[in-house]
Amino acid sequence: MELTGAEIFVRSLEAEGVEILFGYPGGAVLHIYDALYTQDKIKHILVRHEQAATHAADGYARSCNKPGVVLVTSGPGATNAVTGIATAYMDSIPMVVFTGQVPTHLIGNDAFQEADNIGITRPCVKHNFLVKDVRDLAVTIKKAFYVATTGRPGPVVVDIPKDITADKAEFHYPEKVEMRSYNPVQIGHTGQIKRAVKLMQTARRPIFYTGGGVILGNASDSLTELAKIMNFPVTNTLMGLGAFPATDPQFVGMLGMHGTYEANMAMHHCDVLLAIGARFDDRVTGHIEKFCPNATIVHVDIDPASISKNVKVDVPIVGCVKNVLKAMLNEIKNNDVHSDAVALKDWWQQIDEWRSKDCLKFDRDSEAIKPQYVVESLYKLTGGDAFITSDVGQHQMWAAQFYKFDKPRRWINSGGLGTMGFGLPAAMGVQFAHPDATVACVTGEGSIQMCIQELSTCRQYSLPVKIINLNNGYLGMVRQWQEFFYQKRYAMSYMESLPDFVKLAESYGHVGMQITRPGDVEGALIEMLKLKDRLVFMDFITDNTENVYPMIPAGGGQNEMILV
Amino acid sequence: MENEAGALSRVAGLFSARGYNIESLTVAPTEDPSLSRMTLVTRGTEEIIEQITKQLNKLIDVVKLMDMTEGPHIEREMMLVKVQAEGERRNELKRLSDIFRGRIIDVTDENYTIELTGAGDKLDAFLQALDRGVIIEVVRSGVSGISRGGRSLKI
Repeated sequence: MELTGAEIFVRSLEAEGVEILFGYPGGAVLHIYDALYTQDKIKHILVRHEQAATHAADGYARSCNKPGVVLVTSGPGATNAVTGIATAYMDSIPMVVFTGQVPTHLIGNDAFQEADNIGITRPCVKHNFLVKDVRDLAVTIKKAFYVATTGRPGPVVVDIPKDITADKAEFHYPEKVEMRSYNPVQIGHTGQIKRAVKLMQTARRPIFYTGGGVILGNASDSLTELAKIMNFPVTNTLMGLGAFPATDPQFVGMLGMHGTYEANMAMHHCDVLLAIGARFDDRVTGHIEKFCPNATIVHVDIDPASISKNVKVDVPIVGCVKNVLKAMLNEIKNNDVHSDAVALKDWWQQIDEWRSKDCLKFDRDSEAIKPQYVVESLYKLTGGDAFITSDVGQHQMWAAQFYKFDKPRRWINSGGLGTMGFGLPAAMGVQFAHPDATVACVTGEGSIQMCIQELSTCRQYSLPVKIINLNNGYLGMVRQWQEFFYQKRYAMSYMESLPDFVKLAESYGHVGMQITRPGDVEGALIEMLKLKDRLVFMDFITDNTENVYPMIPAGGGQNEMILV
Repeated sequence: MENEAGALSRVAGLFSARGYNIESLTVAPTEDPSLSRMTLVTRGTEEIIEQITKQLNKLIDVVKLMDMTEGPHIEREMMLVKVQAEGERRNELKRLSDIFRGRIIDVTDENYTIELTGAGDKLDAFLQALDRGVIIEVVRSGVSGISRGGRSLKI
């Protein structure tokens, strides 16, 4: 029997196991919405802005290891989605975004709500497809999911002209697809793995530097086992938090621009650097010429283009992180390999000395609420077991520094693109994936206003997201840079005319609280956590002069930190 | 590359987005109509060329990639030059064209159009040998390349 393109679309998503679809209707996708209306297998979530649809799908994907799926209309629907697509691209998040397109005979005619979606999204997708024939629709959808979820994951856009959704064809969803030009490497090179293990055996000052690839590759267990066997210190990137348990004594904290003193010093002084699923981002390396001056570098990554891109490495290993780590473990176990215990004793002693600086200390007697204290209290009261999303800026760094993630996929933030407005819609996606979990969005009064309209979506679907607004009345990170590097000329970093967030939350049917005194922080958080079924907007009025420390200023080396 | 709309712009977009330079680029379908073959000339340090190679391989429309300069290879470029050819200049231009193994493929009372094929530097040399004032128009195809001997870029 022949089906319309819209029906094929729905059946294909069903066959792909899609349970949830984030979207917003419009002219070009009306046939599809009509087909969605008559089924109940796929749940459609109506957001209030297409950017939020992509962030929600992104948060969903990050937290539950399934691809996020988005449906938006042509023109502005698609262009609004671009920020979320670029966000997912920079952090390698598997996502399939369906964009409506004007009918094929109108393409190129400057038709109503026409945009060149393929052209606009090309630089920020793993791949994109324009469907030109309804007979290609099912196989294109299959390819889109295949490309998005395999190798180094990433967003894939499928642009579907309206007439294709009305045209009819026989429906057949392929079991699998093969693409002659796309064959991601799985297994690491055995010789290189042996070389890496040899280096681990003789290393005197080793460190694991691990990133989001460990989480995306579901390799946390293998990493933890390997680090434990070798007794090496581990530092995580912002994207890698949770890949290794933060409460483990071998964890030296996050590294990079706002990383801990001990992590950055250990990086600077290491003799063997084991980079696993990380990409030597400029926020991690600092000044590239000064990066790890004495290290022999092993780099494991699924993407060959990530290897020796910024920093030349000595032992490149291309492969799926989990497979490579397992192969390393086998090599170690089969050959009874041991690390150099004597050298490591000295190394740990040195690291403990760095640790004793207590680089994350802050004033605990302050009369104003310290933002670090709010995050620390949140960590304590949620037992470290909440899903935390964040936006971008100071609050993001404090969340990363003070919430100790012991499990992967609990820390959801826009690391690469640094997208303000990500936190709230991402939290919605996480909450859909984990309906019973505590999901908190740590944000600031600047970021939250970039997607604040999603309070309405949260109301519609009764999402009990907890919003922790660290409100200092400033675009804090901008203010911090202006204080440090622009002689305190605070150009446009002051947030005036803020709404009354409590009333705002209430007007959407949520609960709002404002907290102004340090002594009230814990009590308010306890009250918030009791409201299990409600969205609670917690407006913490925090110290507006607080800065994020440590900090490696731009152009600095990893050993050149500004400390509190 | 896959012979599909958009494949070329993915390559061109990659070069502009990452700040690489395209010196020349030629592309046309192959004997297998599902494939196009592109010869792209770029310049950079070893590290940059390695990165360009990896990034190109990452493009899903790129089926197979070969760095021609890793082995002996042949480069050819075709050029059409329209020149002013009047009076005694006509003979001089004919001789020059012969020396460079060019062919005059169009003639009017006032012009010649000369076709010339060779490596890029040969075409440069021909243009230099011409009196600048006589050149009306130059069109170059960009470089096409193929390996010497048995080495081949085939799917």
